Amino acid sequence: MSHRRAKGIEYDDDEVADYSDEYAEDTQKQQGMYCSLRKLSPEDQVRMHEGKAQVKKALGSSYSVSDKEIEEALWHYYYDVSKSVSYLKNLRPPQQPKKPKQASRFDQAANSAASTQKRKPDATGTHFSFVSARDFFKDTPWLQLPDHRRGNITLEPVVPRLRLLGGSSKPSSKLAALAAARKKKEEEKRAAAMPAIDTSAQQQLPDRAISLLDRLGSRASGESNTEKNAHLSAPSGHVSEKFQPRSYPVRPRKEPSSSRPEEPKETATPAPEPTKLEPLPDIKAEPSTFARIMVGAHPSSHGIHNRSKEGSFFSIPYADDPEFTKRNPFTGPSPDDVVVNAQSKGVKSDKQKAKPKEAERITNGISHVDHGKSTLMGRLLYDLKVIDQRSLDKLRKEADAIGKSSFALAWVMDQTSEERSRGVTVDIATNSFETEKTRFTILDAPGHRDFIPNMIAGASQADFAILVVDAGTNSFESGLKGQTKEHALLVRSMGVQRLIVAVNKMDMVSWSEGRFQEISQQMSAFLTSAGFQPKNVTFVPCSGLTGGNVVNPPPEGTMLWYTGQTLVQELDASETTKRAIEQPLRLSIFDIFRGGVTNPLSVAGRIAAGSLQVGDQVLVMPSGEKATIKGIEIDNGAADWAVAGQMVTLHLTDIDPVHLRYGDVLCSPSNPIKNVKSFTAKILAFEHVLPMSVEVHQGRLNVAATVSRLVAVLDKSTGEVTKKKPRAVQPGAVARVVVELENAIPLEGRVILRAGGSTVAAGLIESSS
Amino acid sequence: MRLIKSQIERRDGSGFATLLPEEPEDMWHAYNLIRPADLLRASAIRRVTTESATGSTSSTRVHTTLTLRVTSVDFDAGASELHVSGKVAEENKYVKLGGFHTLDLELNRNFTLEKAEGWDSVALDIVREATDQRKKAEVWAVVMGTGIGNICLVTENQTILRQRVESMMPKKRYDGSGKLEAAQDKFFSTLLTTLLTHLDLTIQPPKPLLLASSDFTASAFQAYIKRTAINTANKPLQSLLPAIIIAHSSSAHVHALADVLKSPAVLQKLSNTKYARESSLMDRLEELLRKDDGRAWYGPREVERAVEKGAVGRGGGALLISNALFRSQKIEERRRWVGLVDRVKEVEGGEVRVLSSLHESGKRLESLGNVAAILTFPLEDLDEEDEGDGDGGVDGTRVEGEGEDVSDIV
Repeated sequence: MSHRRAKGIEYDDDEVADYSDEYAEDTQKQQGMYCSLRKLSPEDQVRMHEGKAQVKKALGSSYSVSDKEIEEALWHYYYDVSKSVSYLKNLRPPQQPKKPKQASRFDQAANSAASTQKRKPDATGTHFSFVSARDFFKDTPWLQLPDHRRGNITLEPVVPRLRLLGGSSKPSSKLAALAAARKKKEEEKRAAAMPAIDTSAQQQLPDRAISLLDRLGSRASGESNTEKNAHLSAPSGHVSEKFQPRSYPVRPRKEPSSSRPEEPKETATPAPEPTKLEPLPDIKAEPSTFARIMVGAHPSSHGIHNRSKEGSFFSIPYADDPEFTKRNPFTGPSPDDVVVNAQSKGVKSDKQKAKPKEAERITNGISHVDHGKSTLMGRLLYDLKVIDQRSLDKLRKEADAIGKSSFALAWVMDQTSEERSRGVTVDIATNSFETEKTRFTILDAPGHRDFIPNMIAGASQADFAILVVDAGTNSFESGLKGQTKEHALLVRSMGVQRLIVAVNKMDMVSWSEGRFQEISQQMSAFLTSAGFQPKNVTFVPCSGLTGGNVVNPPPEGTMLWYTGQTLVQELDASETTKRAIEQPLRLSIFDIFRGGVTNPLSVAGRIAAGSLQVGDQVLVMPSGEKATIKGIEIDNGAADWAVAGQMVTLHLTDIDPVHLRYGDVLCSPSNPIKNVKSFTAKILAFEHVLPMSVEVHQGRLNVAATVSRLVAVLDKSTGEVTKKKPRAVQPGAVARVVVELENAIPLEGRVILRAGGSTVAAGLIESSS
Repeated sequence: MRLIKSQIERRDGSGFATLLPEEPEDMWHAYNLIRPADLLRASAIRRVTTESATGSTSSTRVHTTLTLRVTSVDFDAGASELHVSGKVAEENKYVKLGGFHTLDLELNRNFTLEKAEGWDSVALDIVREATDQRKKAEVWAVVMGTGIGNICLVTENQTILRQRVESMMPKKRYDGSGKLEAAQDKFFSTLLTTLLTHLDLTIQPPKPLLLASSDFTASAFQAYIKRTAINTANKPLQSLLPAIIIAHSSSAHVHALADVLKSPAVLQKLSNTKYARESSLMDRLEELLRKDDGRAWYGPREVERAVEKGAVGRGGGALLISNALFRSQKIEERRRWVGLVDRVKEVEGGEVRVLSSLHESGKRLESLGNVAAILTFPLEDLDEEDEGDGDGGVDGTRVEGEGEDVSDIV
């Protein structure tokens, strides 16, 4: 390939000399001259002859193509018959011009470039369509504006727009082909960097979007461009629409696309096709490739139906200038329109989202301390290839260095130095993985009693839980007295119904069936008493350390008695819980962080109810401050909306970070959550409840409070009052109590009451003030 | 507090006492002593406006001694200041009879108090306790968690939250933990700076500093103080190091301090026997309540009935009462509780503990209606007669509550 570079586009030296004459000449005439003047060598003539016959045969009778055109094509394609055929087919499209063209543009360009290379420079026959000086200089830097601006801001042409006239779409000019080839080279380079996006894009896009691709590609700048890439790879209807509304802006310029290639499950929801006008017969020829490259994608070249409206208007280059378009602020849709439009779309997608296949589930791993939650979670991630071998080897090395080699898998989840040196999980760790059916977000909760507040924070987000119990002698029994019990009660009282009991460390008891059965029986008895329905509880023997029966089946010959599923299969089998999509927005802030220069303030959490989208205003309680959602991220990919049940990261603006704390609730300003100073709750007591100081927990919220009054003890099944004004509530009893909080916080629904380092009760708020 | 002079009739309790408050804690005692309608004489600063013959006015501040008939008492726990307002009861050359004045009782200035209702047993006990010259235990405590620290001063009678330091701590993230440690150092530095504004490191040896947390924060903070003391060659701070006690609390809230102060290791260091006894009694009370065998009762009416039936007597009977009840604005109310205390103490022979409402044990009692009793023999159904009559503040609200509950169930 050539490496000669002139400014922007390469020219052969002598071609440049020819320009002045050629501009003036009529294109067709010039082409004729070129053909007649051309002298072919004998070998060429032979090949030309053979080629022509083959091409004619391939084309058949449905295409009426002249010999001259075939010769021309063969010459350009360097006697490549198949390419010439496809080109010629495009030249005379029978009915649908889009399809056959699709794949060939790149090839054409590449091929013609190759042929020009081999040809001698004196054999030039470049012919340009009529180009004005303005258009000619259009790709000089002062006018090379970012593409999205050009496309996004639309206006009614005040002055008739300068337009490309005539020209053929043939790759007839060597120069054009050269330029195209160069573009393609860039394209390839970029494709190597972003293969996933580009391949899909290339398949989807009609060839006329190439220039758009190129121009986007030339300023591709990694992640900051993700939004654009989303547009880029969106279905063709989108791209063309983006450049359409030159004539009169009736449609919003920016319709958030609901489909993102990074998330395959979402591509299932097709973006609504823009309403298409009845296509009118296209009487004008397409601009030539060269012209397109020189001028950039002309808007009208992207929408056939649009062209007829514009007629023979001529665009003025400065109309593309953002300063110019700013003068006319009403050309774009109003911000309200954008929101309304996006909202209508969001609701539509919500419903589609409810399909079980696209389910996203949040799993919480819980257990007594040292029963191997973190290791099991680490194993799960490793076997599902979320963690690669290299990272694990690194962890192994580090763990060996401090003599805790068995902790390597746990360190996948336990990342802070404190957690590693002490060997306990302190805070919730989040990670996600995907099985064939479902994508899971997994939360690794701390098991130690001191960190139960963190565990509550995690469990409040979970759809279902994996209760890890240690099969080892004594460990299981001590766990059942300790946090195994407390955790099971906690997750149940937080509304988790589905529980998978992973009987861990089976390798330590030589995969004994007796031990497994013994544990299963004891646990079932306890879990049933804790309010789990037996059908919602499954027992899976496994070993987190060796990986047996987690993702892969247990080692050969160790567990012949077990016929059930592996842990992951069990996870897959669990059903999705219902989401409160229609209710007003509630999102409890789980994490607050500085996302980077572009997103100085980000919050993360799970949407408990409702939906949200980019551009929404949300109210932060208890501070009562409003913020605007600038961006939404789901699983590290940008999204335009999110609904209940999803773990999201929101980029906020228009709010000072001091108003945000862990456990604050984001809600819709029209339906705000109340700040509660005291509440009446129906509680299930786990321990004796007296009028006493307690801590009220809900998610990350944790506030000091007092049980001020014991109103009544209720009947467990009917809910009727059995004793008024009890002196104390016995463990296991249901009672109604009044709780007064130290400071007002947003509370709704389920709460956990703790005192003196243990959970005393779980409650459901009945009324609050 | 020092008792300068007292002339109190033993028979009817009439007479006066002159007291000298020496430390902030004494203001708390004074607050419990001074009741509305009492006569209080203390030095005051009064702005006096004089009008000359030509009509021009000039105002001067004068130090004078005023005698007030108290109308209200206001205690600022954070600053340990006592503001007493009342009407001037004795005229002098600056103020007229009946004029209003608000006295700020000052440390190291005498005040003289004459009780309108006479000195009752509870008041005399307060004076006795306040003038006890034994060394008072005073501890600084920081109840802390991740990103939160409550700086408290624990004295014999009060737990005062002096300052709360909160800092946003990043949570565990997938991309590593470097930021977490930086944030923790920043939080510790803020906490230490704040703590040092409260501590007086010039007193040698320094008062004990209790660091309590449910996680590893307390020990990490201790390590941080140590590091800082060594790095900055801060001698006073280094002298503080041996005085630090690390304890385990159930949470980062101030009320978790109750458990901390109860633990034997801490009690030994603090040598606060009064608090130890109170809190062990509270524990016993709660334990009996859990058993629900009728040997423990709480709430004003229940306890009064139990005392009437002679159940709070010798052999383990104990009356726990918060001093908040004696501060009642109503004289009858105060009489009622003083009468109860006297009866248990003198007639029944039971143990009486007046708990400070500002202390952790008193706060525990507060949720139980400020008064509770451990009985010598089980009594059932002390509360049953309450149904319906609904007199007394606590009972009244209960009945209201039930009304709204019915609608909740439906």
